[in-house]
Amino acid sequence: MEARIQLLAIVASGVLLLIVLELVRRRRLMERYALLWLLSGIVLLILSTFRGLLEDAARVIGVDYPPSALFFIAFAFVLLLLLHFSVAVSRLADQSKVLAQRLAILEKRVREVEAVEEAPEEVERPRAAAAR
Amino acid sequence: MDMTRCLAVVPAYNEAATIGRVVRSIRETLPFFDILVVDDGSTDATAAEAAQAGAVIVSHPYNLGIGGAVQSGFIYALENDYDYLVQVDGDGQHEPRDVPRLIRAMEENPDLDMVSGSRFLSQDFEYPAPISRRTGIHIFAFVVSRIVGQRVSDPTSGFRFYNRRAISVFARDYPHDYPEVEAILVLHFHRLKMVEIPVRMYLREGGLSSITSGKSAYYMLKVLLAIFVGLFRARPVPEPGGEAPVAAEHGI
Repeated sequence: MEARIQLLAIVASGVLLLIVLELVRRRRLMERYALLWLLSGIVLLILSTFRGLLEDAARVIGVDYPPSALFFIAFAFVLLLLLHFSVAVSRLADQSKVLAQRLAILEKRVREVEAVEEAPEEVERPRAAAAR
Repeated sequence: MDMTRCLAVVPAYNEAATIGRVVRSIRETLPFFDILVVDDGSTDATAAEAAQAGAVIVSHPYNLGIGGAVQSGFIYALENDYDYLVQVDGDGQHEPRDVPRLIRAMEENPDLDMVSGSRFLSQDFEYPAPISRRTGIHIFAFVVSRIVGQRVSDPTSGFRFYNRRAISVFARDYPHDYPEVEAILVLHFHRLKMVEIPVRMYLREGGLSSITSGKSAYYMLKVLLAIFVGLFRARPVPEPGGEAPVAAEHGI
């Protein structure tokens, strides 16, 4: 592997790792989402630093040119991260749906309670109070 | 049904033109029903019109889609101890006068958990929809019938009557994307029973259908996909102490 591409790979994965660590340190990235990023940063850093390891990995995957294997592995991590985010987005959508439903039902109860407080004589007519 | 508590749930998204009439018509034909209109983030006067007509309103802060809206009705019914729930669309395509027939079907057979109104079972009434729409529904009907092992002629019907058991299942687990079709599968997987009876259905009177004709082929594809994906989906009903259905820690 040419020294220049190796240097580039090391610097790139090192910078990625530092950025992720810094984001976690500043609480801009939750640990739960940082783990996969850290894992991919570390693996890429190791593979680009130790040429023998990358060449072994390339042979196992069946790639002749080791830097391509590095790209392949990086791409696999990107796919994994994207899937991870789709799962996270689905979960957030689910959570926000539950919140919206709870909020709507609570709001209705608050309206009723307020209506009863303002006009206690209407207690026996909950439908009229709720309709307000 | 004297002491039983019955709730009519009307999911409505921008149905200001028709919702008042629908609510009034339910009140007239079904005086022993409480009426809940789930305003699914409407930007028009849907909630005000419904309240004017005498319904109880639950308003979503933003649009959740028909599945989320109907599920709010189930949650409300469960929390307020309703025994039966009837779901009626807010656009006027369902006929509240048919509800007593849904109720009678359930009274005659207490094993049933859901009675669904079908627009294709009536001999003397032809559903006035374009052939493309009807064909789509017939294809879903064929697929769903095969899966549940029971003839289902109108799986997209949103005109349904549920008992307490169905209410509590759907309050916890109601499909969100194409809810009517998938709800039949959910019932089937929970081993609840359903039956269809013929009802009249009209074309919607105001507002916009959630299915426009140009998109109907694409819509069909998505629903079929959802049906097949749904077949393999885990259907957890959280038992007390079990894993929460919506949790912060789920990931790949």
